[in-house]
Amino acid sequence: MKQIAGINDFVVKFANVNGTGSASANHLFAKAIFRMGIPVSPRNIFPSNIQGLPTWYEVRVSSKGYLGRRGGVDLMLCVNPQTMEDDVKSVEPGGYFVYDNTRPLAPHLKRDDITYFGIPLTEMCMREFKVARLQQLLKNVVYVGAMAALLEIDFRILKDLLSDQFKGKEKLIQPNVKALEMGYQFAQKNFPCPLPIRLDPKVFDAPHIRESEHILMNGNTAAALGAIYGGATVAAWYPITPSTSVVDAFSQYAERMRIDPGTGKKNFAILQAEDELAAMGVVVGASWNGARAFTATSGPGLSLMSEFLGLAYFAEVPVVLIDVQRSGPSTGMPTRSQQSDILAAAYASHGDTKHVLLFPATPRECFDMTVQAFDLAEQLQTPVIMMSDLDLGMNDWMSPPLEWDDSYEMNRGKVLDAKALDEAETWGRYLDVDGDGICYRTLPGAHPDKGSFFTRGSSKDEMAIYSEKGEDYVQNVDRLLRKFETAKSYVPEPKVHDPIPVKKPKTKLKLGALFFGTSASPSYEAVEILADEGYPIDVMRIRAFPFHRDLDAFVHDHDMVFVIEQNRDGQMRQLIMNECHIAPDKLTSVLNYSGTPITARTIARQIREALDTKGAEIVKLHPETA
Amino acid sequence: MSYYKPKFRHPNLPKNDLGYTVADYDGSISTLCAGCGHDSISAAIRNACFLSSIPPHKIAKLSGIGCSSKMPTYFLGKSHGFNSVHGRMPSVATGASVANRDLIYLGVSGDGDTASIGMGQFVHLIRRNVNMTYIVANNGCYGLTKGQDSATADLGSVNKYGGTNPFDGIDLASLALLQGASFVARSFSGDKEQLEPLIRAAMAHRGFAFIDVVSPCVTFANHSGSTKSYAATREHLDAMPVDFVPMREEIRTSYREGSSQSVTLHDGSIIHLMKAREDYRADDRTEALMAVQSANASGDILTGLLYLDPNSQDLNQTINLATKPLNKLGKDELCPGSRVLNSINEGLR
Repeated sequence: MKQIAGINDFVVKFANVNGTGSASANHLFAKAIFRMGIPVSPRNIFPSNIQGLPTWYEVRVSSKGYLGRRGGVDLMLCVNPQTMEDDVKSVEPGGYFVYDNTRPLAPHLKRDDITYFGIPLTEMCMREFKVARLQQLLKNVVYVGAMAALLEIDFRILKDLLSDQFKGKEKLIQPNVKALEMGYQFAQKNFPCPLPIRLDPKVFDAPHIRESEHILMNGNTAAALGAIYGGATVAAWYPITPSTSVVDAFSQYAERMRIDPGTGKKNFAILQAEDELAAMGVVVGASWNGARAFTATSGPGLSLMSEFLGLAYFAEVPVVLIDVQRSGPSTGMPTRSQQSDILAAAYASHGDTKHVLLFPATPRECFDMTVQAFDLAEQLQTPVIMMSDLDLGMNDWMSPPLEWDDSYEMNRGKVLDAKALDEAETWGRYLDVDGDGICYRTLPGAHPDKGSFFTRGSSKDEMAIYSEKGEDYVQNVDRLLRKFETAKSYVPEPKVHDPIPVKKPKTKLKLGALFFGTSASPSYEAVEILADEGYPIDVMRIRAFPFHRDLDAFVHDHDMVFVIEQNRDGQMRQLIMNECHIAPDKLTSVLNYSGTPITARTIARQIREALDTKGAEIVKLHPETA
Repeated sequence: MSYYKPKFRHPNLPKNDLGYTVADYDGSISTLCAGCGHDSISAAIRNACFLSSIPPHKIAKLSGIGCSSKMPTYFLGKSHGFNSVHGRMPSVATGASVANRDLIYLGVSGDGDTASIGMGQFVHLIRRNVNMTYIVANNGCYGLTKGQDSATADLGSVNKYGGTNPFDGIDLASLALLQGASFVARSFSGDKEQLEPLIRAAMAHRGFAFIDVVSPCVTFANHSGSTKSYAATREHLDAMPVDFVPMREEIRTSYREGSSQSVTLHDGSIIHLMKAREDYRADDRTEALMAVQSANASGDILTGLLYLDPNSQDLNQTINLATKPLNKLGKDELCPGSRVLNSINEGLR
């Protein structure tokens, strides 16, 4: 049997039972590899459950710095009898299977093409530890110790990490270190360590990652920090996976960084609302009053917030909403990732509405875009929705470090204070003085007798007086469209990369790929795979809606454009078709909507298939749209 | 209805402490039906704010949707207002109040807006004790959609189309008392002698002040058989008069003549309960509930100050909110800067 080999280039997956303490041990494993300076991307694949159901932790190690999922498993560590049959099947031929052999492996789980390593985890822990809870918890640490021997993880780093983890609970360090050593020694004694797949910090193909001194953090924490740095003072929310940790993290940072030193009082307000309707209502009320306010939610919450989003759009109240997407609809699969709220967010609410969307792809972007969302919302006086997802929000990602420019000033947009109101000749809340569709706001209480007005939905004229006249309505909604046009020059532009040189191209077609958010990492990898195979593909990463003009140009410049996303209906493709007036056949969907993040192999396979079947019959566009 | 509001004002209109006349508290002309109870409430709000010398621009008016929620256009034209979403004004008011604790918040809602679509937000508003006055103009029917029964319509009340309401009505004052509201009153739009001081006391109260105002719908619920018509309300009215003395006035005696009890609000203002009911005490929640329930049982409408907790702790106190309004905080108070961020990065390596 030919075993899978490779230095710093493999996929390890842990199969555990939820609620057994595996998460922190698995995190220890991934963090140690990160500390060794080797690119790693861990992912929790977990159930909507507190205890008992299967959970997995997949760790991609990639010397080239690919942080998306590759697809396939090279080494499976399985301590969950419920899933063992499927887990054995999922190992690539030539791969490895590590398991607890306190009970012997069932004969039908034996494969000829993979290598088995049995460790009597339960037996070892029963023998060495007296407390029942430790017998359970430390099994996880024992297997991390064994993995350290099998893959050559720096043992000192593991011990340092344990010391960090148990700071303040020093009593726990000793049994944990002992468990690590038990596993390490067992593997050294019984297995051919190291395996052909292993780690080596000297082997490195991704200088950009080492140079920028990457950090390891999840997107939700980064977004929460963005809200702190962006000056958010009001957070209103209703608990919903996978967005809950945004407000949890905001709360933790705010308690540390936002207490008034003189009075001990809070320079922030966090309100756990009775539902998402109220959460958005609180944000609208606070923003109307001039505070920076935000909420975080997921699909079902977005649906409930739609009514208020429409009001905020028409009343022109800034709103920041962080949507951490999950599988929908309704309860869907609440702990599985998707990018399936695109259309619901872009056109949320009744009437003619369109919203500004931001698409972060890294924790660094979650931070930057959250800050930017507050500026954009106030500049444009409209809701801004940051479209994260479970994969980005809840998993640890290697990311360029967060950066802050101390000269940053909050851009509060066009707000008239008392002085400005005194100086203004005429003022009407909805008068488009500057021609960019953005009018001048006033805040309640600003001036004793100027600038007050009654905020409503749509029935008003330019002076904010109640009106049901058709022409007033039309003038208003047309101006809102003009404002949306202005937004194009405010939002982050798409990222375009230099094409990968392809020596002997197998196609004459000009190929392009569009993607966004967590689809980006595996898309970059897939494009490299396909370039090796002779298919040159230009790429553009979308970072905002409304779309930048370059996106139209990109689509029109290519014969065939793949839109890579994680939902069933190709929602981004639809949005592009709708907004850029592009013939449907020009855009080909590359999709994954299983709830687990899309892999580079899936993307490459779907593009290959599309080229095989469609390559010959590319639609010639009508000259007017081309 | 009128379609023109004269601009002429008597040149010697009396002025309040701020130098404003009552006209400075006017709004635009009402578009509600002539005789609508809601217009009397608007007038009472205007007079109350004038008498209490509240700077109009320091008040924020919020409403939901419905006839009642159109009202804020018709008073306090110098105040900002927000006609929000049906049943969801409480959340907007909550957000506004934590964003700027220096303004006075006045919510105006209706029985549909509060007791049906907005029931969830209403009880949570009470639960949080948001510092605001919340007035329900309660007529037991939906006006803008032409006379359907609302959730506060009394059992057996006859609607415009002759149908008899088969459901028990929701009594918002009892609900507010049960849920722990710190100020609960009921009044009648036709009783401005009582309504004005109640509104003034509510606006002086720290915390959530609720006033349920029976406000007859002249178009859809003012016929015989309707329990919320002018005639039926007057016939069954059991009014407890109140008087309000703002903090600025010198208080000579703690009991005004004719009053049975006086309660001092947190800002030093005093509300007097007059002697209509010798035995009634406004600081006993249980007694208030029993009084309302027994009046309801006998078909009477008990109005007046039902309950007041002068030591109420509002949301701003509960969440230990900064003294400076959140919307006035600048970069220095909000943004921790690059050094802190660099140390956070360090902790993530």
